[in-house]
Amino acid sequence: MTGPKAQTPAHEILPLGQDGVLVRFGRKPDLSALSAAQRFQAVIAGKQHSEITEVAPSLASVLLRFDPGTTPRARIKVIAQNALAELGPNVDLPAPTRRWHLPVAFGDDTGPQLAEAAALAGLTQEAAVRQMVEADLRVLAIGFAPGQPYIGLLPDNWNLPRLSQLTPKVPAGALVVAVHQLVLFCNDSTTGWRQIGQTGFRPFWPRSSTPFRLEIGDAIRIEPISQTDLAALGPEATDGLGGARLEALA
Amino acid sequence: MTAALRIRRAGPQMTVQDMGRPALTGQGLATGGAADLVALAEAAALFSLGQMPAAIEMAGMGGDISVSQPTRIALTGAPMRAKLDGKDIGWNQTHLLMPGQRLVIGGAISGVYGYLTPAGGIATEPLLGSRSAHLVGNLGSALAADQEIALGPDPLPAAPPVRVSPDARFSGGAVRIMPGPQTGLFDGAELDRFLAASFQRGSAANRQGVRLEHGGAPFQPGEVAGLASDFIAVGDVQMTGDGVPYVLLSECQTMGGYPRIGTVVGADLPLIAQLPLRGRIRFTLISVEEADRLYRSPAQMIAEAKTRVAPLVRDPSEISDLLGYQLIGGVVSGRDEEEY
Repeated sequence: MTGPKAQTPAHEILPLGQDGVLVRFGRKPDLSALSAAQRFQAVIAGKQHSEITEVAPSLASVLLRFDPGTTPRARIKVIAQNALAELGPNVDLPAPTRRWHLPVAFGDDTGPQLAEAAALAGLTQEAAVRQMVEADLRVLAIGFAPGQPYIGLLPDNWNLPRLSQLTPKVPAGALVVAVHQLVLFCNDSTTGWRQIGQTGFRPFWPRSSTPFRLEIGDAIRIEPISQTDLAALGPEATDGLGGARLEALA
Repeated sequence: MTAALRIRRAGPQMTVQDMGRPALTGQGLATGGAADLVALAEAAALFSLGQMPAAIEMAGMGGDISVSQPTRIALTGAPMRAKLDGKDIGWNQTHLLMPGQRLVIGGAISGVYGYLTPAGGIATEPLLGSRSAHLVGNLGSALAADQEIALGPDPLPAAPPVRVSPDARFSGGAVRIMPGPQTGLFDGAELDRFLAASFQRGSAANRQGVRLEHGGAPFQPGEVAGLASDFIAVGDVQMTGDGVPYVLLSECQTMGGYPRIGTVVGADLPLIAQLPLRGRIRFTLISVEEADRLYRSPAQMIAEAKTRVAPLVRDPSEISDLLGYQLIGGVVSGRDEEEY
């Protein structure tokens, strides 16, 4: 992902429960905070500290989980400060090592709010889909529900607000949009985001050898398909892949 | 023949629960596991186990249960009405179940989540390192009538029954919260008002969280527009859009965009999970250092519960085959059984 270079944003080291330290690079999901979070996560993960039981990045922060029975919080703060000192100035997101090709049916029944979302983004439906296809998309965070990706960032015209009224139910596989990002739902869900498309791909498939399919930093390329094609790529028929393909990048 | 526990009739939400799946927050899966970990620790203490066991968690009410092999069980957590072959039996203690006997567990007398723990352990296939059902995450499912659950063999079915004096947690009380990443979004006056309020359990309450109600105005954070979704800790007190607090429990989402005023410490989470409809709670804000000092590992929780375990001294009037008992030294206490 390319973007204007900026300084690594100021950080805060905060408590998150009795077994967590959160290193936060900003309150909003801008590119510099995203990049800092991903690079910080990489520095920490590379050191394989035995005191840290889990390292997980979100959009603008990184969670360091520890076992308070064996490690004091102060030790985790020291580890965080040492890693912050190694972050370096480059704010580009790390280059992806994998790319998912993700078939998505847009509009109509499989994207009932595409027209509305496109209009808010100042585009026709066709132009909106083209922007999604051409965007340099990455998995920015995984969360809310198992394996569920936050994907972005979309161009600035996609800084759409969340809906004031929640949609009571979007189906599993729904692709929804808000605040520069796409979310792909694993399960039926309520949402305040707008549904523009649907896929047979399930990012969480519990019985598979890799139940969580996506990794933070994965590149995503959307491939528009027809609704007829989508029906043939149903998750049960394709082990939840829905026709998605994983390409290794050099 | 392998040991099994048969569910003849299941209450609305009976699930297998253990300590859940830690370290999958980054994959979007909350730890899950038992809503009341003290109940697991008490069961471990009753059976002298070194680790937290898997148990059947029963929300609000239990079911109708039998076993294929002689098996001791521990009943802990929210006390529920329980009958073995039609006779009332006590909570917070162990019992020996024989094949052919019928254990019927009814509604909770106080609290919400009751636990049945077999002495030989639950031997279902773990999924992602745990036997816990995580219904929100689509892992496992609730127990249903006619289901059989594989058990490990009870190593000591003839061991005498023991009881545990339960840690009080079934009627609300003072709940300690520690500051979190978003506590600063609430100004001092709003935080003070929150700490002065008395809350009751709202109608929306399950393993994901408990909505809390009070008589006053909603609690409003400062500027929150455009906040990035960020990590949630179990115990976080989230202010939803309408300014009503919602305490997140073991099966919560892992990230969210609503501001959170603080985090309930682990020691007090059972008070929230077990808060009955008319129970009241009030929050106290403690420092991070104080919260860290309150941390107890599972081994420490079990060791603490062991200090509350004692042999069960039975009331002779309840023992039908009294002549078969050796009354050592004639010491028989009065009504010592924990009945709740």
